[in-house]
Amino acid sequence: MSDTAPTYETGHHPDLPPPVTTVGLLGWLRANLFSSWLNGLMTIVGLLFVLWLIPPLIEWAIIKAHWAGDTREACTDRSGACWVFIKVWFRQLMYGRYPADQIWRIDTAYVIAVAAGALLFVPGFRKKHWVAVFLLVGFPIIAYFLFVGGAFGLPTVETPLWGGLFLTLVIGAVGIVASLPIGVVLALGRRSSMPVVKACCITFIEFWRGVPLITVLFMASVMFPLFLPEGMNFDKLIRALLGVMFFSSAYMAEVVRGGLQALPKGQYEAAQALGLNYWKMMALVILPQALKMVIPGIVNTFIGLFKDTTLVLIIGLFDFLGMIQLAGTNPDWLGFAVEGYVFAAFGFWVFCFSMSRYSQHLEKKLATGHKR
Amino acid sequence: MSDSLQEHDVRAPTAKMTVSDEVAIQMVSLHKWYGQFHVLKDINLTVNKGERIVICGPSGSGKSTLIRCINRLEEHQRGKIIVEGIELSGDLKHIEQIRREVGMVFQHFNLFPHLTVLENCTLAPIWVRRTPKAKAEASAMKYLERVKIPEQAAKFPGQLSGGQQQRVAIARSLCMNPKIMLFDEPTSALDPEMIAEVLDVMVNLAESGMTMICVTHEMGFARKVANRVIFMDGGEIIEQNEPEEFFHNPQSDRTKLFLSQILHH
Repeated sequence: MSDTAPTYETGHHPDLPPPVTTVGLLGWLRANLFSSWLNGLMTIVGLLFVLWLIPPLIEWAIIKAHWAGDTREACTDRSGACWVFIKVWFRQLMYGRYPADQIWRIDTAYVIAVAAGALLFVPGFRKKHWVAVFLLVGFPIIAYFLFVGGAFGLPTVETPLWGGLFLTLVIGAVGIVASLPIGVVLALGRRSSMPVVKACCITFIEFWRGVPLITVLFMASVMFPLFLPEGMNFDKLIRALLGVMFFSSAYMAEVVRGGLQALPKGQYEAAQALGLNYWKMMALVILPQALKMVIPGIVNTFIGLFKDTTLVLIIGLFDFLGMIQLAGTNPDWLGFAVEGYVFAAFGFWVFCFSMSRYSQHLEKKLATGHKR
Repeated sequence: MSDSLQEHDVRAPTAKMTVSDEVAIQMVSLHKWYGQFHVLKDINLTVNKGERIVICGPSGSGKSTLIRCINRLEEHQRGKIIVEGIELSGDLKHIEQIRREVGMVFQHFNLFPHLTVLENCTLAPIWVRRTPKAKAEASAMKYLERVKIPEQAAKFPGQLSGGQQQRVAIARSLCMNPKIMLFDEPTSALDPEMIAEVLDVMVNLAESGMTMICVTHEMGFARKVANRVIFMDGGEIIEQNEPEEFFHNPQSDRTKLFLSQILHH
């Protein structure tokens, strides 16, 4: 009891503001950064580390960097990054060796995809499942004709010319979109009570998980044609896509199986007791819950797959990273490898972080009702 | 304070409940094994339409396994089960037919947490009986009113209390208009104050003439509602009788032992 604190009548105590050091910025600092001696020390060490690392980085990447120019002469001062290198090569890094006058076809496809995807985010839009059907069925057909050509008056562009970020997105998108449904089917098959189905699924999963993706691509590219009859040629990109699809499906199958196992048996029993057959039970009761539960695992696999696409360099396809490496070994532009890899890292980070944020948004949106 | 098996105050049914002569379920020489373990031994049981059966017994006696055989959540290895004239075998079509006519209420409710209460109730009618959505929803609301929680229709199961969830589970089964209702220890997972509301719904259901088989420890319910109380132990039916006879004149020693353990005098 302090003599300086005023006393109030019982039942009439007013609402007082909290002490200054417990709220606002001071309060946050105290609670999160300096709550104990050890934490305070670690905060100071961390701050020093950031001060040591960040300013030189900003200086190199932004302040002293070279943005203007067309040749390497613009970048004689090497204390700053040479973004001219990226600028000059930008079209190839984005599209590979796709003919410059046909690039509008790729851009058109991007615009359609982004517009359709944006529709999925509009709250209250009723026909979202139609948009999803379009994205999964209609859009691939449109994209195929846009990219490959050969019809509707569009000149053909052979797949060896595809490259850069465009190729990474094609391989990543096909791998991601195919691996989830195939993975679900494999997971269900592995848990099946029918011995033949179960054995086939286990064999498939364990085989494709057991070999490195690099050997899969290598086999697909070099060994596979040896088994084909003379003259028959299978497009190299298609072979790579199949390899990536099967590889990723095997991983996805195990992620989904984790979700199926985690569901209480009572959910299966209640669905069966109501008279739902196997497929209705899976589609209406089990998979919605199981997939929701393993969203972190699924998106993790997607992100890993997206970055694994860089391995197609081994079979002579020049994806985003491949083009950057190609540009870096060009005789006119030797010595700018660092800028290339920093840009590659940045590019991949943008896509992977977006996927990660979307997954968090999805988890939040779908968490209705589970929270008590 | 008595032990876990209490006698809850169950109101006596008001309607006259008649039992028909038609057979709803027939079990003939039923045997079941879990691997080497002989869990059901030579079960012979006939249940008529409109009958209310209570099955009691110590844990591990096979009572839950028995009723789960009726809707093929468990398979039997020997003997016959005939439900509503259809024999239970490996034939999927028969199993699905039977499951449409037999509703089941579980100890742990097993509501679908990703769907609202209303969606839980309309799921099976829409997808199994192909009822149009509006009709299914109207019917679901009718049953939710009957179990006295129509105002919870838009909520998710996670937002309801245990007693409310179990009542939704009962309504969900009723929405399929089954001819037989199976109850597998429906009140065992509930707090004492919620048991009465669920038992009330079950009495109400009995009054409407539903064929019911309940595995339960609620002896008050058995006394007032059941036509027959069956005592199981070690996989066999030891004794079955009308409630009054069963509780006052148990024939077998094992029944006497069980009753002395559960009833407080």
